[in-house]
Amino acid sequence: MADLHFLANPARFRRLSQRLLPSLSFATVLMLAFGLYLALIQSPPDYQQGDTVRIMFVHVPSAWIAMGGYGLLAALGASLLIWRHPLAALMARAAAPVGAGFCAVCLLTGSLWGRPMWGAYWVWDARLTSMLLLFFLYLGHIALSRAYDEPERGDRAAAILALVGVINLPIIKFSVDWWNTLHQPASVARLGGPSIHTSILVPLLWMAVTLLLLFVLLVLLRTDTEIDRRRLENAEQQA
Amino acid sequence: MTPKRKRLWLVVGSLAVLGFAATLVLTALNDNIVFFYSPTQMAEKKIPPDRRFRMGGLVEAGSVKKSADGQETRFRVTDTNKTVEVVYRGLLPDLFREGQGVVAEGSLGADGVFVAREVLAKHDENYMPPEVAKALKEAGRWKESK
Repeated sequence: MADLHFLANPARFRRLSQRLLPSLSFATVLMLAFGLYLALIQSPPDYQQGDTVRIMFVHVPSAWIAMGGYGLLAALGASLLIWRHPLAALMARAAAPVGAGFCAVCLLTGSLWGRPMWGAYWVWDARLTSMLLLFFLYLGHIALSRAYDEPERGDRAAAILALVGVINLPIIKFSVDWWNTLHQPASVARLGGPSIHTSILVPLLWMAVTLLLLFVLLVLLRTDTEIDRRRLENAEQQA
Repeated sequence: MTPKRKRLWLVVGSLAVLGFAATLVLTALNDNIVFFYSPTQMAEKKIPPDRRFRMGGLVEAGSVKKSADGQETRFRVTDTNKTVEVVYRGLLPDLFREGQGVVAEGSLGADGVFVAREVLAKHDENYMPPEVAKALKEAGRWKESK
């Protein structure tokens, strides 16, 4: 009975994602091409940072997506633990490495920006440290979900970690307001509107939408694969 | 209460407790989490000489002076309330300039001058093309609303 329930929802999900994936891939590629043109060629240099400002067009969206991705993991964890949603565990397995990837991109690009601008690749201020913690939470989630022979036990353990780690998200967001940090305060999501000139804000938001599409695309693809994998494992066990 | 309800409240309750605990820990550790002290905080803390710490604020306009050999820089860091004199030997980051944010690591000398061993530039949250910055300065509206 549990098996039937498991197949019902993922099968519907799979049909939906198969229908979505081609147009989603197409849109992502087109938007990325135009986004890179906006970010690297069309947009002006910053009055202080010069061309180094262009790192932001990848760095900031990656940070948003890494945080949003972790929020997704937590929501999936809750729906697994509370409602036992069969698809949640599979999607969490699919999403965690993608989120970790965006988090790594955020940390690396930030480091490359920090060296010429601040004079240091890395400092242990509250924003950078909490973002590094987010990366480790992702790695913990990936490791924990694969740590048991029965995948269901790993799913549960990882779901608990995802929920516990969600405390870190407001800490990341407000670290720059609560404590003195070297990292600059928020420029876009702040009271009083963005403090970025439109000519730099537009490419930033464009890249944010583009990279979000890329995230969704990768998570959908990987969820499909996880569904296939779990089916195969179940079939092998029954054989 | 259905099992689902029970699990929902268990999760919500655990998160609330966890959030409360995290708040307490972070509040208690506040002094260790701040990356630097402002000149006002430095005055409040009465930090003994030779203790290493970081201080930060704005480089006061007109305060930057280079030594004759060009290796030593003296400047004042201000938070508009209190001001601290800083001396530093070495290369400064590109963004270091008057009116800009800066974070220096070092210790207080006996004369109250902060001897910096490392100086980092702090960037603010404003991004704009050079022409816009120039226009704002010419219109006398520089940094008024930011």
